[in-house]
Amino acid sequence: MPLNRSKKKTPMPTQKPEVRRRNFNEVALGYSEEEAVSEAQRCLQCKKTGCVEGCPVQVQIPQFIKRIAERDFEGAIKIIKETNSLPAICGRVCPQEAQCEKNCVLGKVGEPVAIGRLERFAADWERTKGIRPPVIPKKLGKKVAIIGSGPAGLTCAGDLAKLGYDVTIFEALHKPGGVLVYGIPEFRLPKIIVEQEVKFIQQLGVEIKTNMVMGKVLTIDDLFEMGYEAVFISTGAGLPKFMGIPGENYLGVYSANEFLTRINLMKAYSFPNTDTPIKVGKKVAVIGGGNVAMDAARSALRMGADEVHIVYRRSEEEMPARKEEVENAKEEGIIFDFLTNPVRIIGNENGWVKGIECIRMELGEPDASGRRRPVPIMGSEFVMDIDTVVIAIGTGPNPLLTKTTEGLELTKHGYIAVDEEGRTSREGVWAGGDIVTGSATVILAMGAGKKAARSIHEYLQNKKWR
Amino acid sequence: MFKILEKRELAPSIKLFVMEAPLVAKKARPGQFVILRIKEGGERIPLTIADYDAQNGTVTIVFQEVGKTTRELGTLEAGDYIEDFVGPLGVPVEFPNHKKVLGIGGGLGIAPLYPKLKMLHQQGVEVVSIIGARTAELLILEEEIKAVSDRMYICTDDGSKGRHGFVTVVLKELLEQGEKFDEIIIIGPPILMKIGSEITKPYGIPTMVSLNPIMVDGTGMCGGCRVTVDGEIKFACVDGPAFDGHKVDFDELIKRLATYKEEEKISLERFNEAHECKLINKIEGADKDAVK
Ligand SMILES: Cc1cc2nc3c(=O)[nH]c(=O)nc-3n(C[C@H](O)[C@H](O)[C@H](O)COP(=O)(O)OP(=O)(O)OC[C@H]3O[C@@H](n4cnc5c(N)ncnc54)[C@H](O)[C@@H]3O)c2cc1C
Ligand SMILES: Cc1cc2nc3c(=O)[nH]c(=O)nc-3n(C[C@H](O)[C@H](O)[C@H](O)COP(=O)(O)OP(=O)(O)OC[C@H]3O[C@@H](n4cnc5c(N)ncnc54)[C@H](O)[C@@H]3O)c2cc1C
Ligand code: SF4
Ligand code: SF4
Ligand code: FES
Repeated sequence: MPLNRSKKKTPMPTQKPEVRRRNFNEVALGYSEEEAVSEAQRCLQCKKTGCVEGCPVQVQIPQFIKRIAERDFEGAIKIIKETNSLPAICGRVCPQEAQCEKNCVLGKVGEPVAIGRLERFAADWERTKGIRPPVIPKKLGKKVAIIGSGPAGLTCAGDLAKLGYDVTIFEALHKPGGVLVYGIPEFRLPKIIVEQEVKFIQQLGVEIKTNMVMGKVLTIDDLFEMGYEAVFISTGAGLPKFMGIPGENYLGVYSANEFLTRINLMKAYSFPNTDTPIKVGKKVAVIGGGNVAMDAARSALRMGADEVHIVYRRSEEEMPARKEEVENAKEEGIIFDFLTNPVRIIGNENGWVKGIECIRMELGEPDASGRRRPVPIMGSEFVMDIDTVVIAIGTGPNPLLTKTTEGLELTKHGYIAVDEEGRTSREGVWAGGDIVTGSATVILAMGAGKKAARSIHEYLQNKKWR
Repeated sequence: MFKILEKRELAPSIKLFVMEAPLVAKKARPGQFVILRIKEGGERIPLTIADYDAQNGTVTIVFQEVGKTTRELGTLEAGDYIEDFVGPLGVPVEFPNHKKVLGIGGGLGIAPLYPKLKMLHQQGVEVVSIIGARTAELLILEEEIKAVSDRMYICTDDGSKGRHGFVTVVLKELLEQGEKFDEIIIIGPPILMKIGSEITKPYGIPTMVSLNPIMVDGTGMCGGCRVTVDGEIKFACVDGPAFDGHKVDFDELIKRLATYKEEEKISLERFNEAHECKLINKIEGADKDAVK
């Protein structure tokens, strides 16, 4: 196989920044076959594979890349799917620079192989060819319930269905997908992709019941009474945090969850063709520095804002957002105010936001997370004129379900406590994804779903709990 | 899909639906609500569970046509389906040791008041009620409230029925006469709940109100429904909707309810136009049929 000695990744075509900043279409357009083959030819097919170790689900990276280099795209996607059931999604949203691509040997002298882009290419290639409906396994006649339809729940459901279980997913919202549908915007992850993954899982025989706020409509005890023999809880970390500063309830202040839900799930960008409105002003401030903050800021721009600021209390280095999205956001004209922390939101006489008072920060000693702690510079307060504020400083565990479930041990922050196999303190109940780890990543949530599926299978074979 | 089993017009622009929703009916308790969405692209709106029947698997909702979604809902008929209907949401109310309770319902607030008074009445609690509306025609559920009350007062703003004036006039009188209650429940427009709570406060009588902020998911995920109670942020969908009226920041609630005033107007105007066109088409169609 010929080797491509370029030190840089084959660039991926994208919509031009000045165009895309005003539309919700996907930003990155994906490789053509030629581009994919050429990028695949950069891979050295290492014997000792750091890349695979960096991937939370151990996708067989050199093997699938080799297939792409040989133009055996079907073979490539087959290899990926052995360990990753949602590659079209992971290829788009994994923080590759912190996972698979982090350990790629090429990264030592130039840019790593664009593993994520190649994974996405293989998945998209399969989709355009039409995904073959799965072979439906023989039924075992055992029922498993899954609560929440984010990546953890979908993955666990898919794996168990393949083993022959009757799986039902109970989802609180009217649409399955979790953060993939209500949080991550269309321009980064087209909803059609999530819909297709959901359809595939339904074709495997999984039943998805929407409008099921578990803990309210049914409890976990009800599920056992209904004949479910195992329950997997994957309800995510959806409880929005506020800052606790004055003025947070002024009109025009949103949590990122509300802001993104109105836009993505409720399609407020089509208002008034759809019925859910949103108010995005001319000058928007998004507080926070993660993926959620980037998504909110870039969505605000697409809703017509003139000026969008990311207000982050640490420096650029500490920002947890995916690097590619930070680059994209900069190209689109998002303004980054680093080392800046809001202390107060200022409103007008009708209760609408008109500004935020911020204080400048400097980096001090490293804190528990190893990142240098930001400390305020006394007397550096200043006011920014702003008419919309989006608070994206993180989320916590939603207690709706855990409150109504007896005997379920929680951590001191309210997450569900589990052992290494995802088992909770209650027999027959597993948990995984953000409700266990706190806000993490799609691929980690999927990994937790897989692990739980294996453990559930074992338990249901011999009914031995620990 | 959820079926509308029965439709009743309680007053001009106030409608009652009996919905087929067995799972919701089974768990529903007074004080809880549902969120519904008529169809794809529609808004999620919260409505109180006005009554429920676990045996028959039905849930009753009462709504006032105030904007696009409630108007569109009003055009549906028995036998029609709506896309989403989720509940029961919110914290059920409880009155463990009460002997005597006063329930006040203003306008549409009478509907959410009803299941609470019904429960109290069934528990053997003495129930006094004051219900009011702008005018006689708009007074709803009079018979139902009467059936669960030991004593009932009616008020209308224009004097067309019962006492002339607001429900708060009667409230004041009862308190001034020295009547004692274990709790007072006030449900209605925020301004009524605010004034009512101010009246009861000096008497030290626990006062429950049911708040109606704008909601999206109803599960505690978006924080859009936040209200300030006793200086703290609460999410009305999961911490409420019932709260201690003496501690609620009503002015903030009232302001926040106006967030989408402009958009609501656009939405309603578009709906009215489209709806009128449809009606005209229907009439023209009917004429054509007649000609044939
Ligand atoms: C805006 C945003 C951007 C992100 N960007 C990235 C990214 O680029 N890359 C990345 O790897 N990760 C990203 N993440 C993180 C990632 O999306 C999450 O870590 C992942 O979705 C967690 O999966 P999960 O299955 O645990 O939960 P979720 O995806 O949160 O799904 C939980 C589901 O459970 C449902 N539910 C909750 N309570 C109940 C109940 N009581 N009854 C029934 N159903 C219930 C919810 O409605 C939801 O559908 C992002 C997150 C957000 C919010
Ligand atoms: C817990 C709760 C229980 C309720 N119970 C009832 C009830 O039993 N009967 C009834 O008629 N109404 C009830 N409401 C109010 C009802 O939800 C609104 O009237 C309805 O959403 C209006 O929608 P619209 O599109 O017709 O009007 P719009 O034109 O959109 O709005 C009209 C008014 O309703 C409020 N509103 C708009 N959207 C929402 C929303 N998504 N959530 C809440 N309020 C909104 C606005 O502040 C506005 O002033 C309840 C509200 C809450 C929060
Ligand atoms: S799943 Fe994510 S981490 Fe693993 S190879 Fe694919 S993009 Fe990399
Ligand atoms: S480390 Fe990089 S070059 Fe080596 S096999 Fe993995 S992707 Fe290919
Ligand atoms: S409606 Fe979203 S948190 Fe209450």
